[in-house]
Amino acid sequence: MAAKKEKKQDKPIVLFVNEEKEPLLSKKNIALVTDPLNDNNPITVQVLGICSALAITVQLKPALVMAIAVMAVVASSNVIVSLIRNFIPNRIRIIVQLVIVAGLVVLVDLILKAFAYDVSKQLSVFVGLIITNCIVMGRLEAFALANGPWKSFLDGIGNAAGYGIILVIVAFFRELLGSGKLFGFHVIPEEVYQMGYMNNGLMLLSPMALITVGLLIWVQRSRNRKLIEK
Amino acid sequence: MELVNLFVKSVFIENMIFAYFLGMCSYLAVSKTVKTAVGLGAAVIFVLAITVPLNYLIDNYLLREGALKWLGPQFAQMDLSFISYILFIAVIASMVQLVEMVVEKFAPALYGALGIFLPLIAVNCAILGGSLFMQQKDFSTISEASVYGLGSGVGWFLAILAIASIREKISYSNIPAPLKGLGITFILTGLMAIAFMSFMGIKL
Repeated sequence: MAAKKEKKQDKPIVLFVNEEKEPLLSKKNIALVTDPLNDNNPITVQVLGICSALAITVQLKPALVMAIAVMAVVASSNVIVSLIRNFIPNRIRIIVQLVIVAGLVVLVDLILKAFAYDVSKQLSVFVGLIITNCIVMGRLEAFALANGPWKSFLDGIGNAAGYGIILVIVAFFRELLGSGKLFGFHVIPEEVYQMGYMNNGLMLLSPMALITVGLLIWVQRSRNRKLIEK
Repeated sequence: MELVNLFVKSVFIENMIFAYFLGMCSYLAVSKTVKTAVGLGAAVIFVLAITVPLNYLIDNYLLREGALKWLGPQFAQMDLSFISYILFIAVIASMVQLVEMVVEKFAPALYGALGIFLPLIAVNCAILGGSLFMQQKDFSTISEASVYGLGSGVGWFLAILAIASIREKISYSNIPAPLKGLGITFILTGLMAIAFMSFMGIKL
């Protein structure tokens, strides 16, 4: 393995140095995908992308759609920016990145409007707000500007998945406790209601999203002690 | 009177943070001390009050269906609203850059105080959110749009000021270790949002 690496390094490769040195799914690359799921979760650890995350977690379906949309945008913008990272002048890089992201978000918005109109109505301005979702800009700045396209792609997928997991967990609890449904289907049987159980309307209101995330952070950090803040 | 109502509504009832969670990233990241929170809050008010009316003009004279009528009757059918995201974000990013340069030139003291926060604002969801909500709400005059922008900014300012004061206060409290920092801030924000919901019943 090590001998192989040295051999490859002799060749003068400019753009894809990182990719040529190691196999496509090496341990390091897999860690790029799995790390954000827990140890380095974008929402609970890096504090990125909370802006548009919470308002759309009343039901599972929009949350899932949002997670997929964010994944598409993060992964593809990471790849594009990392491909042209050597040509972007440093001073105007934020505007360049914003324009790339905005273009991708317009695409996502049009696709949603064409194939999932009711969900896109539910998401309203929050599709547009993916542009300023800190996850996108944060990953572009922190990762894509310094790494090759394939790694950036994996990083984008991993971070968006970490974001999606939190979104889905929060939406699961809010929809289950708030309206007794999952994906729009009743899951709590009628008998339970007759025994006096009631849906907790408070879960549908926005403040409970924040509190749910707060509790999630609590659970995660008490299981994973090294994340505790001093 | 209309305008005063709109202002109060955008500050309290439709508060950017407590009702829509917009601008949460910087709200959580910069609320450790009151001083920095005030700096960022002031910058947000400033930028929102400028970009919302500007984007209102762009929306009404360029993007909306029939907005291009002033160019001639053959453009009356044009509907460019699908590029509004790109245009809005470009306006915001360039306005932030412009504001940064103007402030640096004419008010160096203010620039020193706002310094690092100004460029951060371009990617604050509250700014783009203000413009997108403005587009959705169909304001009829530009003064309504400016009041809405100003009100949202003031609401954001109040929210970050409140959480920063609370966080300074609780920094020596006995909080369970895993909940320290981010976790307790989330829960506090949730409780504050519940308090802010009492404004919801007020019809203006």
